[in-house]
Amino acid sequence: MKKYNLSMLKIFKAFISLLLFSLIAKHAVAIEIIEISGGGTKQINIAVIPYKEAATDKGNNLMHQIIAADLYRSGFFRPLEVNGLINKPSVLSEINYPEMTAIEAQVMTLGQVVINNNRLKVNWFLVDVSKKTILTTMEFSGPAAQYRAIAHKISDTIYEKLTGIPGVFSTKISYISKNKGRYSLNVADVDGFNIQSVVSSPQPIISARWSPDATKIAYVSFEKKKPIIYIQSLVTGQRTVLANFKGNNSSPAWSPDGRRFAIVLTYNANSQIYLIDADGSNLKPLIQSTHIDTEPVWSPDGKSIYFTSDRGGRPQIYRVSSNGGEPQRLSFEGNQNLSPTVSPDGKMLSYVTQDEGRFRVALHDIQTGQIMKITDGPFDEAPKFSPNGRMILYAHKVKGSGELSTVSIDGVVHQSFNIQAEDIREPAWGPFTK
Amino acid sequence: MKKSLVLATSLSLFLVGCSSTPINDSPKPSGPSASASEVSDDEKDLDLASLRDPDNILSKRSIYFDYDKDVVKAEYKDLVAAHAKYVASHPKAKMTLTGNTDDRGSREYNLSLGQKRSVSVKKSMNVSGAQDTQIETVSFGEERADTNCKDDACYAKDRRVDISYEKE
Repeated sequence: MKKYNLSMLKIFKAFISLLLFSLIAKHAVAIEIIEISGGGTKQINIAVIPYKEAATDKGNNLMHQIIAADLYRSGFFRPLEVNGLINKPSVLSEINYPEMTAIEAQVMTLGQVVINNNRLKVNWFLVDVSKKTILTTMEFSGPAAQYRAIAHKISDTIYEKLTGIPGVFSTKISYISKNKGRYSLNVADVDGFNIQSVVSSPQPIISARWSPDATKIAYVSFEKKKPIIYIQSLVTGQRTVLANFKGNNSSPAWSPDGRRFAIVLTYNANSQIYLIDADGSNLKPLIQSTHIDTEPVWSPDGKSIYFTSDRGGRPQIYRVSSNGGEPQRLSFEGNQNLSPTVSPDGKMLSYVTQDEGRFRVALHDIQTGQIMKITDGPFDEAPKFSPNGRMILYAHKVKGSGELSTVSIDGVVHQSFNIQAEDIREPAWGPFTK
Repeated sequence: MKKSLVLATSLSLFLVGCSSTPINDSPKPSGPSASASEVSDDEKDLDLASLRDPDNILSKRSIYFDYDKDVVKAEYKDLVAAHAKYVASHPKAKMTLTGNTDDRGSREYNLSLGQKRSVSVKKSMNVSGAQDTQIETVSFGEERADTNCKDDACYAKDRRVDISYEKE
């Protein structure tokens, strides 16, 4: 056995030198390790071996647990049970391949965590079990307080290496919670940890939206007994009023460059879409009608705005140039369609569709017009794409109180979102940050 | 042999720990306000007593709607006309019409639907002589709705416009 491992080491050494080149290439080509699992899903069997580290406080997750949970939630991975393994390697030379093959691992990750003077250093490996090759080896370091963040970075790296798609484990989400009559806009890590309150109020807060650079959130607060749009910095906590005109001020949508907004104002009439600069200047109507026009959202190229309108009788999804002009109706199926959101590549819409009394999340291919319902309802709302476009986060009502869930865009992998609160709603997924 | 990433700066960018902004309702003035002369001015100019009188139709403040409708039903014609007349005859009065919906559908769309209802009430009041400058139409959408409704009798209570006055 030892001999076997030693010979493998030599192969690894040769491979590692090759690896240097693949790491230099910005987007290394993903290897193809795909298996059809029982549920019809393509999943990769991964053994996340406990990283060698000194025991931390009881109750805190260890690095490998955070990584395994991330990968599991993505739906692309099936983390294998590793507690029963005789061998728990933390360096390559300790890997017992027959044992890994026996538990049907296709890939495995292992490593060591060292914390010294409040600095955290992780040496870790991703290994292809059948080919006995290193797919990735890296050293991550940072302040010890960034323990979970560094685990998420490892998850992102593993995910991207094996799927070719950037991982979203380091991104953040926002949501509104309602607890004992008090509303709070919160920001959390995408795994539900590290919850921070941005603003709280005895009056409702709705429609929170992240700035494209993830440093600010715009939202609608009823604290003055009417809807007013605020922008708040996540770095300093400072906030400004974006729009406080007569009537309602709602539905803020940042332009992709972060310089402008589409917003909805009413004055003393129905909801209408306006454009306004992020400093509150330069207000002008986008389109004018006597009907309800609301829920604007920009295409990623900034050229179009999708919105909801009842100009056809029932609420439906429309598109108009961001320079104004004649809107074009896009949704024709279902009794009503609401709350559009655009995929990061601009090719898909997701919105809430209602028929037979159920509100469900639909995915709409803008090019082909093909529509797929990816949730079952009955009260699903506020769908938002993940920054990599692979998942949708949405709210739904269970016995009168709200919860969040995610669903993969093929509608196969459903997961409830891991946040404990009395009532949560109005999710938004923060953008990638570099 | 290994690629080293130092994540310290990029990861600490979005700590919002100290930035939470708690907002509290400003305490409502209970009863008459501080200055005695102001009180009598408001009482006189706005005839607040008639707004409070439970036997006066002006004390009735809610108008209910059918599902997904913004038509003011005939049964509310007298109520709407009375408030319109009050606004027209009290130039200093400021009225807010707040639309509401049940909790089915999207929050923003329901905000717009509640607004449609408050605009509908305002238009009825315009016919009776109330001026736009004295009226603000807003909406709370589904935010005040009963989230445990199971039948239409329950939903119906959420589909309404509430009338309120500044300084009352």
